[in-house]
Amino acid sequence: MVNVILIAVCVLGLIGLASAVILFVVSHKFAVHEDPRIAQVGAVLPQANCGGCGYPGCSGFAAACVKAADGGSLEGKLCPVGGQPVMEQVAGILGLAVEAAAPKVAVVRCNGTCENRPRQAQFDGARSCRVQQMTGMGETGCGYGCLGCGDCVSKCQFDALHMNPETGLPEVDEEKCTACGACAKACPRGIIEIRLKGPKGRRVVVLCNNKDKGAIANKACKASCIGCGKCVKTCEKFEAITLENNLAYIDAEKCKMCRKCEEACPKGAIHGFNFPPRKPKAEEPAAQSNQSNQSNQNTQSTPSTPIKEVEPSKAE
Amino acid sequence: MKTFKIGGVHPAENKLSAASPIREAALPKQAVFSMFQHIGAPAKPVVKKGDEVKVGTLLAEAGGFVSAPIHSSVSGKVSKVDVALDASGTRRMAVYVDVEGDEWEESIDRSPALVKLSNRPELDSKAIVEKIKNAGIVGMGGATFPCHVKLSPPPGCKAECVIINAVECEPYLTADHRLMLEHPEEILVGLQLIMKAVGVNKGYIGIENNKPDAIALMTEKAKGYQGIEVVPLKVKYPQGGEKQLIDAVISRQVPAPPAIPINVGAVVQNVGTAFAIYQAVMKNKPLIDRIITVTGKSVKQPSNLLARLGTPFQQLIDECGGLPEDSGKIIGGGPMMGKALLSLDIPMTKGSSGLLIMNDKEARRAQPSPCIRCAKCVSACPMGLEPYLLSKQSKLEDWEGAEKNDITSCIECGSCQFTCPSHRPLLDMIRVGKSTVMGIIRSRAAK
Repeated sequence: MVNVILIAVCVLGLIGLASAVILFVVSHKFAVHEDPRIAQVGAVLPQANCGGCGYPGCSGFAAACVKAADGGSLEGKLCPVGGQPVMEQVAGILGLAVEAAAPKVAVVRCNGTCENRPRQAQFDGARSCRVQQMTGMGETGCGYGCLGCGDCVSKCQFDALHMNPETGLPEVDEEKCTACGACAKACPRGIIEIRLKGPKGRRVVVLCNNKDKGAIANKACKASCIGCGKCVKTCEKFEAITLENNLAYIDAEKCKMCRKCEEACPKGAIHGFNFPPRKPKAEEPAAQSNQSNQSNQNTQSTPSTPIKEVEPSKAE
Repeated sequence: MKTFKIGGVHPAENKLSAASPIREAALPKQAVFSMFQHIGAPAKPVVKKGDEVKVGTLLAEAGGFVSAPIHSSVSGKVSKVDVALDASGTRRMAVYVDVEGDEWEESIDRSPALVKLSNRPELDSKAIVEKIKNAGIVGMGGATFPCHVKLSPPPGCKAECVIINAVECEPYLTADHRLMLEHPEEILVGLQLIMKAVGVNKGYIGIENNKPDAIALMTEKAKGYQGIEVVPLKVKYPQGGEKQLIDAVISRQVPAPPAIPINVGAVVQNVGTAFAIYQAVMKNKPLIDRIITVTGKSVKQPSNLLARLGTPFQQLIDECGGLPEDSGKIIGGGPMMGKALLSLDIPMTKGSSGLLIMNDKEARRAQPSPCIRCAKCVSACPMGLEPYLLSKQSKLEDWEGAEKNDITSCIECGSCQFTCPSHRPLLDMIRVGKSTVMGIIRSRAAK
């Protein structure tokens, strides 16, 4: 009886020992070396796996950051969800300085509300912008405006986009928007732009994407850009506005927020976001330096660091 | 009786205009010629504002090999070259011609006399294809694929037979049916020309047996032409699909893309195309008009009209008793594969086979409900695909999975959506998936 137990113990012990040796050898022989920094970087990332950085998930971004750090710079790498603070942490781990990237936000460049843009047809296929886009123009006379099925809303992981049933257009919650760009990618008409948030969240945007000639665009929507070029003229000094394919575009980097273009636009296609309400008598709008200290109750966005400020965050 | 083997459905035929003889539509006041009347590169306008044109004058030249020139179907003055809303629902480049009189190019033979192939022994394969190319002929069944491309087989492929698609499996449409009844000999000569162009001596004409008069007439007339056989087919949609027709007529299966019919030795052309080829080669007449069925249950006078290209649809409807009051949807093409039109100012193009006016009740789609896994769509799919799966994969953007399940083989016939008891928008999603996957394949090939 004792013998049997002894044999069993010995046999099992030997098998265990042999397996341990094999495992030890194999684990050393076939060890996959991973840079420990990847895990470290991964730990500070938000783990939203939204893909807004352009890499497949947070681990992909971490690996890319480490690879880029070996090249000496983190230029062009930005986690839109974590923003500046996370990038500073990443840079700290990798022993690099990081340039402050200006915060961005998604902007829906269409103001073709139900009122502005009457429906001419009814689409009764699958509720999807991509499907509706295949029918050509869609429900209205504008072949460039919002289709209103909410593909962008369903793609937003941060609950930052909602359809407004009154206007039929998606609205961006600037507090929640991380500028990951998923909505911009989902929009088959490319209406959503990931744009500089601007100082104090203020920005001037052409809320139209219509590239048709003026007469056609005008007929299709009350708030369309007709490519008249008046805004371009008012902005001759700063050259921030360009007119291409009958559509004006304001370069956010060049815009000085004078809002003269907004006044000049005969169609009201240009909108200023988060500016304090204008006083009854048209006062000189806060131009250039943005020094106005008015209480901006209207603003929804968090005050953010001004653009182009470089923070020399020293690596330890 | 022959038919294709996998899947298929049988929608109500509703051939309301079958007994109505072809009549000529009046000239429009202004004709608009879209530069996008065919698959492939758009045509390039060669006229400018103020130019005088006659019927048959070249308006635009082909924009590449897979492209076709466009000729004026009216005489008058070019009023502008500008964008116009077309049947695709988008605004694209077009030539506008203000109509004055009806003056034809002198080179066109307008006499009705039949010219047989034996009268023109000098025509060889190359000359025929060249004439077809210059006449701007495209597939008239609705796909509008430039005809000369199909007649120039890629190296290594040899055609063995020509099949004329006279199936007209779309409900409501009767344009091809009437054409066979009124111009049988021209079609047969057209088929002979195609056979000569691709160097074969066997031709088939596939006709569904809901057109017994056409089968009888064509069989009778075909006796005088060597190597041409009329094949009656069992009524089943989508028999007019190229691959289905090849399966039905010669029992050969075209493999999945990129294989094309010529890989199994078949060249398929629509019966309208054969007629246009006859006119182009024997009568020197470029493609400037076509037969279009204007129909619908509420239409006063469902008709088959011989209309000039560029005529606005509004005018065609007016010729058939005007737009009924209960109109809900106006479809360019047939009810299964046609596309709803956004405006009646849209001009007809080379591919306009029909204009179907649905009343409000018919036009609305039923509310979709969840999939009950009945697999009716799978048994209906003529390509042997799994539509429920492809539509789901398209919705979830699983492009890899969709590609693996052969989404690119889909011919967009709509049988799955037609048969679905839950009224699910299967084809809507599959179309999105198909175009995306095709884009992915193209970009991969470009690398």
